[in-house]
Order: sequence, then C-alpha cells, then structure tokens
Amino acid sequence: MNKRALFSAGFAKNFGRTWLVLGFLFLYLPMATLVVFSFNHSRLPSHWGGFSLEWYAKLADDSEIINGLWLSFKIALLSATGSVVLGTMAAFSLVKYKRFTGRTFFSGMVSAPLVMPEVIQGLSLLLMLVAIQHAIGFPERGLVTIWLGHLMIGMSYATVVVKARLQTLNPQLEEAAMDLGARPWQVFTLVTLPMIAQSLLSAWLLTFSLSLDDVVVSAFLSGPGATTMPLVIFSRARLGLDPSVNAVATVIIVVVAIGVAIASILVARNERRRAAEISAAYRDDS
Amino acid sequence: MEPTRQARAGTPWWRGRGLVIGVPYGWLLLFFLAPFLIVAKYSVSEMGDIRVEDLFTWADGALKVAVKFANYVLVTTDGLYRNAYLASLKYALVTTLCCLFIGYPFAYFMARAKASLQPTLLMLVMLPFWTSFLLRVYAWKGLLDDGGWVANAIIGLHLDKALLAMGLIETPGQLMHTTFSLLIGMTYTYLPFMILPLYANLSKMDLRLLEAASDLGATPWVAFWRVTVPLSKAGIIAGSMLVFIPCVGEYVTPELLGGPSTLMIGRVIWDENFSNNDPPVASAIAVVLVLLIVVPLALFNRYQTQAEEAAK
Repeated sequence: MNKRALFSAGFAKNFGRTWLVLGFLFLYLPMATLVVFSFNHSRLPSHWGGFSLEWYAKLADDSEIINGLWLSFKIALLSATGSVVLGTMAAFSLVKYKRFTGRTFFSGMVSAPLVMPEVIQGLSLLLMLVAIQHAIGFPERGLVTIWLGHLMIGMSYATVVVKARLQTLNPQLEEAAMDLGARPWQVFTLVTLPMIAQSLLSAWLLTFSLSLDDVVVSAFLSGPGATTMPLVIFSRARLGLDPSVNAVATVIIVVVAIGVAIASILVARNERRRAAEISAAYRDDS
Repeated sequence: MEPTRQARAGTPWWRGRGLVIGVPYGWLLLFFLAPFLIVAKYSVSEMGDIRVEDLFTWADGALKVAVKFANYVLVTTDGLYRNAYLASLKYALVTTLCCLFIGYPFAYFMARAKASLQPTLLMLVMLPFWTSFLLRVYAWKGLLDDGGWVANAIIGLHLDKALLAMGLIETPGQLMHTTFSLLIGMTYTYLPFMILPLYANLSKMDLRLLEAASDLGATPWVAFWRVTVPLSKAGIIAGSMLVFIPCVGEYVTPELLGGPSTLMIGRVIWDENFSNNDPPVASAIAVVLVLLIVVPLALFNRYQTQAEEAAK
C-alpha cells in the first residue's frame, strides 16, 4: 500500500475532527461535571442523589463565603483599576519614548512578573512588607497587602495588552492633533484614549479576573480576618470534596459566561460600527 | 516618535514625560526590585533566635558584613531540596510534553478548519482562561476521587494496571493524590497556553509551501514533518515556555491533586517560610529557582533574537 492512500484527505479530515472533539471534551467535561454535581442532593461524587438546590440555599447563609466574595470583589476592583492606570503609563513609556535612562531595565522589570513563579512573588513581597511593618507599624496584612500583590502582577498583564494596541496606532494622528495646537494632555485624552479604550477595557477585565482568581500571592499576603474567596475555596478543597464549592463554582461560571458574552457582543458591535464608519469615510472621499 | 518633545521645554520634570515614566518605574523599583533584593539579602543571612540576623552590623566603628552561604550549601546538597527541584523540573517537563502531544494536533486541525469556524473554535479555547484556575483544578478532584466517573471509567477499563506499570500510581484503584492526578491536572490547566501560540503560528503558515512539497513528490506525511513542523518551531518553543515555566513553580495543583510522593519546590518554599519559620532558607530556595527559570528563558531569548536576525 502506498503512503498517499494511508493518509488520504478523508482520513486526515476525520482524524482532525475526532481530535478536536476529544480535545474540547477534555477541556469542558470536567467543568460540566462540576456544574452538574452542584445540583446533587448527595454529598458524594459517586452517587447521584437526585436534583436539589440545597447547596445554593446553604450558600446564602455561609458567611465565610459571602465575606470572602465581598473582599475578593473589592480587591479585584481596586487592583484592576490600579493595574490599568499603571499599565497604561508603562505601555505609553515603552511605546512613545524610545530613549530614557534605564529603558531596557524598565522593560525587563515590567515583563518579569509574567514569568516569575507566584510563590516567589508572594514570598518576596511578604518579606518586604513584614520588614516595613516592623519598622513603621504599617501596613497590617490584609486587604492592602493583597491589593499590592495583585497590582504588581496585574500591571504586567495590563502593560502587555495596552502596549500591543498602542503599537498598532498611527502616530500621525497624534502628530496632527499636536500640529493643530493640542497640548500633550489633550492629545492623550481626545485622540489616544478613545483609540485605545477597547484595549483598556480588556486589560481591566483580564486583571479583574486574575485578581478574583488568585490563590498563591493572596495566601502569602493575607492576614487574620482577610480571607479572599479563592482562599476559602482552596482551604475547603484541600480537605476534600465539598458541594458548597461546586455551587460557588457554578455561580462564578455563569457570571463569567454572561460577562464574556456581553463583552464579545459589544466588541463585535463596535468593530462593525468602526468598519461601517471607515467605509463611509472612503465613500465620501471619492 | 516623541510627541511631547516640543512641549517638553518649560515643563517641570514631574509633569508630562517625567510623570508618565516615573510613576510605573518607581512602582516597579519599590514593589518588584526591592522585594527581590530583600530575598537575595535574606538568602545569605542566617536565622537568629527569633529574627533574621542582620547582614550589616557596626562593631568597633567598622562595618561588619556577615555574608553566609550556609543556606545555599544546604539547599543544593540536602536530598530533600534536591529531590524537590528535580521533581518540579521533571513534572514540568512531562506536562509540557503532554500539552505538546495533545495541543499540536489540536492547534493544527484548528488552523486548517473552515475559516468561518475558526473564531468560534478560538473563543472556545480561550473561554477556560476566564474561568477560575482554582476551580479547574478542583474539578479533577471530583473526577478522580473514589467513585468519580473518570476514576470509575479508568478502573472499569483496567487502565489503572497500565498506570501502575508506568509508575504513575502506587496502588491499583487509587488515582487521587498520585503522580497521575498531578500530571493530568497540570496538563488540563496549561493546555490552552500551548494551543494558543501554536494556533497563532500555524494559522499564519503559507499553505502554498505544502503544495510545493507535494509537487516535488512529498507525501502529506513527509510534508508535515519536513515542512509544517520545522516552520512552526517558534510556536512550539513559545508554547513550551508558557507551560514549562509556570509549572516549575506550581503550588496549587500539587496541593490539591498531588500526594506525599509529589513534593514540588513551591510547597517547600511555603513550608520553610511558614511552618519552619525560616525565611533565609526559603529565600535561598527561591533564588536557586529563579536561576533555574532564567536559564531556559535566556536560551529562548537568544533563539528568538537569532531567528529575528535570520529573517532580516
């Protein structure tokens, strides 16, 4: 048999389809199981005890989870906002200013947190914050220290996202604004900002979800009474299976799915409008 | 292009350009570099009775520096630490290979799927990014624990005997808290990191090259290995780095899915710092871990620069 027949187009097509389907099953079945078992009346994963919403009902009275969720939400809000502000400044520095003292060092420091294991980041920040606390009695370990840790990682991610967008911008637009007499700050708010707004939104969403999900850095930097949602889930999951975790997981997955769906619809609509405007502009030209 | 150049004269340094660069720069010096220098300093200090001994002391009007390398000697010679490092590197490597094995064909067929279908497929690969990493690991606990349906399927098919023979589990029928559960958890969570760069690379490939190979008499199989795979080298390397590096320092997955036999270095750092209350040793482990990660990264960077130069 010749080899051409062995790897015929039909075989390759079927093999490809099977591989994709199996791959997606691998990616999605575990999460689907997690969701299904949140409705299980029985505590055990081996036994389907009938449909029940009792774990959701218990969630409402679970003050540990509610408090953790509230704390996580506050930290995520603060760290996403801070990350986007710092990340935009860093991206702007790297894209717009090609020459300043220590630029290479700066760009290395910006991307280092992306490849540094979180255990090391948590440990190093902890050691420093403890030393500072010994010296001046501030900050207590809790919301502020966790926020600082998340901000450090979030800033790097935000920089990558915003930088990618800034690099694709046509600098002539900003130059034109400046020639027309706009001050640098006006150029930024009136020309640059509207053009990078979408990347700021994706950077914000990304850093928000990173913060909401973080275990390791939070575990190093949290103090008594400051237990974020992932830390609650982590400590319960460590002890064994817990249906309340499945219920929380399902709530999170549903919220995320709705959020991602809304965001992608908005993005698609924005792009359509932009494409329509661009083609309209060209039509007016001719 | 420096749009603020004209405006710079007469602007104080703390406004405009100085501010834009200064704030993130200062932030990174304070919260990234300084903590790391503290770790480096701790790693050459020793633990006093309660607190870490000072590295610099004034004695008889002279500065005394007490640099001690005892921690490094301990960390590199003691079997516990050495095994943890080796285990971390080994599991990270195997995870990377598993992700490559599953991810390469996946990305390949994704890139060759109908163009109209590709955005949806890409979206489906990205979606897990948005769901919690922690929950994705936890999901496997339910699947592999006694009575979980994946565990039942594996045992029902007698595949646990094969896993036992491969040394991935220790007793038949016991899948949780083994090397197997650790590897499957890490492969699962890091698979999208492998697929995305590979897809980005493969979808940009010029398909006419394959036609040319075919015209020159190559079978699809030969063309795949001698044209497609070499051209996707950059994607393979990028994906492998994205999986390998975070896996080496992984903490959550070994904690939830690993067992006593799968001690990894992230856990050792945690234990030294919190359980043994010995930040100097934890710091020394961290510094060695950074070195272990910097070496492959430096090689990767060198390869990338070479590739860029070759492309010119």
